[in-house]
Amino acid sequence: MYSRGFRPIAIATVLFTALAFGLVFFYAPLDGDQGFIQKIFYVHVPMAIVALCGFVAGGIMAIKHLRSGDRSWDMRSYVAIHLSIILGTGVLITGAIWAKASWGHWWLWDEPVLVSFLIVFLLYCVYYPLRFSIEDPDRQARYSSVFAIAAGAFVPINFVAVRLAEQITHPRVLSQTGGSMPGEMRLTFLVCLVAMTLLFVTLWKLELTSKQASMQLKRLRGRLELRAEERAATQASR
Amino acid sequence: MIRTATAVLRKDLRIEWRTKEAVPAMTLFSVTTFVLFHFGLDRDTLDGPLASGVLWVTLLLAAVIGVTRLFAAEREQGGIDAFLLAPVDRTALFIAKAVALLIYLVLLELVAVPAFAILLLGPGLFEALPELLLVLLLADLGLAAVGALVSALAAETRARELIVPLLLLPLAVPLLIGAASATSPLLSEGGGGEDLARYLALLGGYDLVFGLIAFGVFDFLLED
Repeated sequence: MYSRGFRPIAIATVLFTALAFGLVFFYAPLDGDQGFIQKIFYVHVPMAIVALCGFVAGGIMAIKHLRSGDRSWDMRSYVAIHLSIILGTGVLITGAIWAKASWGHWWLWDEPVLVSFLIVFLLYCVYYPLRFSIEDPDRQARYSSVFAIAAGAFVPINFVAVRLAEQITHPRVLSQTGGSMPGEMRLTFLVCLVAMTLLFVTLWKLELTSKQASMQLKRLRGRLELRAEERAATQASR
Repeated sequence: MIRTATAVLRKDLRIEWRTKEAVPAMTLFSVTTFVLFHFGLDRDTLDGPLASGVLWVTLLLAAVIGVTRLFAAEREQGGIDAFLLAPVDRTALFIAKAVALLIYLVLLELVAVPAFAILLLGPGLFEALPELLLVLLLADLGLAAVGALVSALAAETRARELIVPLLLLPLAVPLLIGAASATSPLLSEGGGGEDLARYLALLGGYDLVFGLIAFGVFDFLLED
């Protein structure tokens, strides 16, 4: 039920990822003051955007779960958050590499986007201990959904708050996401963003399908064991 | 709904009055933390951002203790099941718990803020008091809403005492930013903050959004 449309999306992912790599390395111009290291931007920023959207999407799916009572929405929300956390790890690592290369420090506290991302990431890391320390599956789904909604709403608030904490409104050094990018860079960036989004959706569907398959397998195994026990019991009574 | 909430609240306050479990622990913890900060920072007096940071981090950590204990009686003695059996609105429980936590926090601050002023604060407290009270109130409202939600979320988990701080502290970061930034000019020698309104707006917005969210989703935690 999760695998509908998986093949075209997977093919599109491969094509767009290949195109994105090609554009990054052969089409996009080298940055004037940062040079080659600036190319990490094409991985880092799309990854961050997709991860944040994934967190918020997880919250929206959680709302659907609580409204409909359909547990499959909780599964969708869980997998979306799970993948976003994996992407988030990548964001923090690539962000640190980029910061080291262009500013000379692994971590900068006066970069509000970086700091907000870390806080959001730390919050979502608690999703796992919370989810897996509740045994009853129904309750697990409900509690996880409540967490996903509260945390999803927290994402935008946190970004506003951290930006407010910036006492000095220093000029944004890297406002490539704004309008100052040259056209070739912007095209490359957009292709990368689409590729990353498609990758996310593909992995999401793949994970959901695999989870469903293993759940079904478990159920069938349980039935098989029950059947075997019944047979043993009848043989014993005979 | 209000009647149910006041009944639960009265019960909670009476339990707290007789057992003296949460509030004394919170206040004691805050005073101990001030002593720790004195030695950790090796400073006799603090002012400005340092003072406001020490004060707010201490209050936040002390609040964690209160949040951990908030649903303890319900969990240990099956109060939730009894509450679910009664034909009353479930949101009443959330309101009662949030108000109880708010009262605990106010009691904590009645001790902790004067203690801080005596032990560590360099500039006088009285000039800053009206603004500081407003900041404290707004931050307490937000903490009470988020704390009641977090406490209910963590109550069903196996490692309750671990989950509460892990959940509450990142969620409270915007509160800390707003409160600490608003307080730091109030506690510095010159006094007077020009950005006060901005941070008060942040605190108010946080209170509103998280109050509504907690109010909206709390019911789902009690379905069985």
